[in-house]
Amino acid sequence: MLLIACPHCGNRPETEFRCGGQAHIARPEQPGALNDEAWSQYLFVRKNPRGVHAERWCHAHGCGRWFNALRDTVSDRFLETYPMGAQPALSPESETRA
Amino acid sequence: MAQPFRLSRGGRIDRSRPLVFQFNGRPVQGYAGDTVASALIANGIHLVGRSFKYHRPRGILSHGPDEPSALLSVDRGPGRIDPNNRASVVEVRPGLRTASQNHWPSLEYDIGAVNDLLSPVFVAGFYYKTFMWPRKFWDKVYEPFIRAAAGLGKAPVEADPDRYANRHAHCDVLIVGAGPAGLAAALAAARTGKRVILADEGAEPGGALLHDTTSEIDGRPAAQWLAETLADLDGRENVILLPRTTAFGYYNHNHVALAERITDHLPGSATPGPRERLWQVRAGEVVLAGGSHERPLVFADNDRPGILLAESVRVFLNRYGVAPGRRIVFATNGASAYTAALDARNAGLDVTLVDLRLEADCGPELARLRAAGVTVLTGHTVIGSKGRKRVTGLIVAPLGSDGRCGGRRVLDCDCVGMSGGWTPAVHLFSQSRGKLAYDEGIDAFVPATSAQAERSAGAARGRYDLAACLTDGFAAGAAAAGSEEQRAFVATPTLTGFQPVRIMPTDADPAKVRAFVDFQNDVTAKDIKLAVREGFHSIEHVKRYTTTGMATDQGKTSNMNALGIVAGQLDKALPAVGTTTFRPPYTPVSFGTLVGPARHALFDPIRTTPIHAWAESQGATFENVGLWRRAWYFPRPGEDLHAAVARECKAVREGVGIFDASTLGKIEIVGPDAAEFMNRMYVNPWAKLAPGRCRYGLMLKEDGYILDDGVVARVSDECFHVTTTTGGAPRVLAHMEDYLQTEWPDLQVFLTSTTEQWAVIALQGPKAREVIAPLVDEIDLSPEAFPHMAMRTGRICGVPTRLFRVSFTGELGFEINVPADHALAVWEAIVAAGQPHGITPYGTETMHVLRAEKGYIIVGQETDGTVTPDDVGLAGMIAKAKPDFVGKRSLARPDVVASGRKQLVGLVTEDPKLVLDEGAQIVSDTNQPIPMRMLGHVTSSYWSPNCHRSIAMALVADGRALLGRSLYVTTPTGFTRVTVSEPVFFDIQGERVHA
Amino acid sequence: MLETRYRAARALPLGALARAATGGPNVTVRPAGAETRFSLRVRLPGQQAAPRVAGLALDGPINTVVTEGETWAARLGPDEWLIGGPEADADLLQGRIAQALAGLPHALVEVSHRNVGIDVSGPRAAVALNAGCPLDLSEAAFPAGRATRTLLGKAEIVLIRLTAESRYRVECWRSFSTYVHGFLNEAAFGVEGPAEH
Repeated sequence: MLLIACPHCGNRPETEFRCGGQAHIARPEQPGALNDEAWSQYLFVRKNPRGVHAERWCHAHGCGRWFNALRDTVSDRFLETYPMGAQPALSPESETRA
Repeated sequence: MAQPFRLSRGGRIDRSRPLVFQFNGRPVQGYAGDTVASALIANGIHLVGRSFKYHRPRGILSHGPDEPSALLSVDRGPGRIDPNNRASVVEVRPGLRTASQNHWPSLEYDIGAVNDLLSPVFVAGFYYKTFMWPRKFWDKVYEPFIRAAAGLGKAPVEADPDRYANRHAHCDVLIVGAGPAGLAAALAAARTGKRVILADEGAEPGGALLHDTTSEIDGRPAAQWLAETLADLDGRENVILLPRTTAFGYYNHNHVALAERITDHLPGSATPGPRERLWQVRAGEVVLAGGSHERPLVFADNDRPGILLAESVRVFLNRYGVAPGRRIVFATNGASAYTAALDARNAGLDVTLVDLRLEADCGPELARLRAAGVTVLTGHTVIGSKGRKRVTGLIVAPLGSDGRCGGRRVLDCDCVGMSGGWTPAVHLFSQSRGKLAYDEGIDAFVPATSAQAERSAGAARGRYDLAACLTDGFAAGAAAAGSEEQRAFVATPTLTGFQPVRIMPTDADPAKVRAFVDFQNDVTAKDIKLAVREGFHSIEHVKRYTTTGMATDQGKTSNMNALGIVAGQLDKALPAVGTTTFRPPYTPVSFGTLVGPARHALFDPIRTTPIHAWAESQGATFENVGLWRRAWYFPRPGEDLHAAVARECKAVREGVGIFDASTLGKIEIVGPDAAEFMNRMYVNPWAKLAPGRCRYGLMLKEDGYILDDGVVARVSDECFHVTTTTGGAPRVLAHMEDYLQTEWPDLQVFLTSTTEQWAVIALQGPKAREVIAPLVDEIDLSPEAFPHMAMRTGRICGVPTRLFRVSFTGELGFEINVPADHALAVWEAIVAAGQPHGITPYGTETMHVLRAEKGYIIVGQETDGTVTPDDVGLAGMIAKAKPDFVGKRSLARPDVVASGRKQLVGLVTEDPKLVLDEGAQIVSDTNQPIPMRMLGHVTSSYWSPNCHRSIAMALVADGRALLGRSLYVTTPTGFTRVTVSEPVFFDIQGERVHA
Repeated sequence: MLETRYRAARALPLGALARAATGGPNVTVRPAGAETRFSLRVRLPGQQAAPRVAGLALDGPINTVVTEGETWAARLGPDEWLIGGPEADADLLQGRIAQALAGLPHALVEVSHRNVGIDVSGPRAAVALNAGCPLDLSEAAFPAGRATRTLLGKAEIVLIRLTAESRYRVECWRSFSTYVHGFLNEAAFGVEGPAEH
């Protein structure tokens, strides 16, 4: 069971959380302006990296807040958790290459 | 004579507490402190089981958790039968009943032993090679045969009457293993004041110190040092010492699972408290001090009862005061067996030692043992053993300088202690995803690179010397607790070191030698070689093909020998072959411990409404809807489901029915931007909905498919009372919160679940208004003042209510929301007031039929996550003028606007009495070739008492274009003809709701 | 007559106020009586001081609880509080909070009947809670004044520790209360028996 650092509550066990998949995919301001290809990219296409991945997590059985996290999908180590709307201090890409 | 092999003195058993237990129906005497293995050996019993494949007689190999052979069924009473217990770890207690396994008719005369004669047939990969063809034999012949032959022991048939506890625990330092390294680690960590948990799988903490009668630590006998250390730790508030507790699983982020055995060893069956406890420990740091396992030597017939591991002979002598034999031959390739031999000699036994090493390669141990009067044959190999159900002799031969065997000679004996070297117990380290490295100096894989906050200490990382173990453990414990304290221990030097050997050299025909590597799975050296010759070069493949290293012992004794043989056969270095993956559990764990309290009523929460007790008292039958238990129907005496539902359906349409809708999800949406938020979440328009009015809301996921639906009331300009489906309540709230927090954090809106604040009493039928009129205050119930799809606040029976005039039946109806703790009183008052009108309670089945008569969809029944509003005929709900809402863009996706989508229609059967199967497939032409083109499937189907015929809804490709056409629906016996209709069957004009 | 009944009694899911406590010698499990509760959602203004509501300071850290007489407010998240008080104070409390927050967008939703309280006390209360609650409940990690939403077995709970006593309030949703109560009783059994630590 993972131990996840909620930005509001500190370290909490994984069972209190829900994972929301890849982070930093903003809903288009005007979905109607997107062509089918662009819309399907937004809707369906996700990364599945071997290495550091930026993910959305929700502390569902805690403060109820969504936040972002950088997790290494190989080691399951969390590099960083940070609030919604913020950018990570570390860059996922550089960490992946490292 | 009782216990003829019990030594007259010595051991940690309590000779003042003799006891009797049963083995295969016979009484066996022992003492408190014995294991089943030690007590059996005390009584000269070595034959304790039959092997898995060949049914060969097997005895006790080990004294500890690595025992592969002596697996017993333990019977502690009805429901308390537990197979595959290692005799070496089960503590005896009065009245315990144990039995051997895998034989028929008896342990002594086992028919299955014929497999041993057929052993040339049962080669590696036997099943894969034999059960290949003909294909039709699989179901009827091969699989039943394999299933019957597979597995050891019998599972109990009764429910387990014991209770099991669970405990989450946190500590700064978790130490696994309370041998010398673990104890020293605990001493160091405890001194810092940090929270320490020390877990040991044994009945007594101490590990190897429990059977070391000759070593001294810091000038005191080892046993005295142990007692003092335990007293020190016991007196510290910050230390939890857990005996009989196995750390069996090492999971992410230092989450370690421990199984604590609490009552099995206690006398009496009615001991209070849980039988076992699962500890889920989250540790800041972990110290792994699990010690090491001894390797058997691989020679022909090395599996006879009476052949033990050398250190195990020493344990039985010193810890339990029993002699595994009177004439013992030790066979070894290293120094540690000399210590065992010396202890055996000092116990007065006849001892000989055979060492594969040349005289010059031996250390000081050689001279010491010879000085004690023991014959030592150096440079000798073991060719095989004699005997059948008990070893009677060991065949040995000198090895020439050319590697050839000299003349054989038989050493008569009744016990063999063999030692093929040592393997650190790296199981938990590997489970933690740490990386191993091969240490050639000790011929073993040792922990190298950590993946988590842990460190190994002592023999678990190849430090076999006692002083080194203690010093290493102390340093590890201190470091884990954030201290740099060091302590050097002075202890008697330990005899260590061995020359690795995979298979003992032999002059016998290799094709005829059966030298066992894995005792539990009956895997021989020959099998492993064959597997490699047949092309299995990955160790993981060899493992699966031969089954070496599988089953309950997970190859604790066999892995290194197997790896070595594979490496030798491939002519590769050991590190290039690698190890198989170590997986939890380290040793078997009872299902009870894993399940813990989650049984019976605590298996899952059973959610009930405030009306539940009333429904129970009325004899309702219930159904599970998610975690909810809902009243399904209310049968009267003599009624079955169909009769009760028919009566309830007619009562609602002709009089009035009452229904518990409390499980509906409810969300209070509040804030200045509430209407804007509603506009974005639902397909419908909300801006112009007046306070006090309701609207049926339809919610999509971003992919355009229906997520949920429900009636929404506008309570005030800035407040909406949203209802969701019963099952969708948590999902919808989470969906809304996600958008609110992550996409539109600028919106001033707050969401609060009120599902359980409000109980909902649905009152439906033409007489509904008359029933509640006398009970309602502050609300004008007249149709003009309170039309269909309106909501009013007021009081009912004096209780504050949000009264909805809505209908899921097509009748005049109300959904009465009241605070939950008052719901039962209000319900009972309505039932009393409704008596003159024949008020009838109805359940979910009637609710389903009534809504189907009206063609109302149920999300999850008419929809399946791939259905759009237009598919179910609800495109009219969509506010076309809204620039955006969740899912809107997807409604223009090419696959959503394409023709051929499945659309909701009604189906009318040719035979009005025939009720279609829900899920049945639909085709246009039954004469088309198979595979036929499926047009869709039946989503809802019922007998409709109000229509006097069956009704059905279905999703059919381009269904709305097929109105009036004939289609065919599968039945259990073939097809039946139906006519496509509009999906509404009763009160087609929809006038009744406005009454 | 009916009005009188409304004022007099709430049919609590775990039974009447006088319901006997259960558990063992080390842990006592006792369903709480009828109480008033509100869910308060508000975004505290960034610059000026947070308003006090009904005598309760809202600007304490997340996962703490403050009290004023018999009224308490547990901060469960950045903009979420669970507020509790005596049953008789319902209208008064609602009015005071609404008044304090006038002009500030907020949601004050009554959840008195949604929530059920169970008090767990006794020397081994924290150990019993740890049968199903995965949090560190040691004195250092969960001292008096702590409150948080978490899990107990398969149910979501709010766990509140008002004082330094070994006494905890478990709040769960109504339909989970039978499970939570049963779980706590089983947990009380689980800490008894030989060789407990």
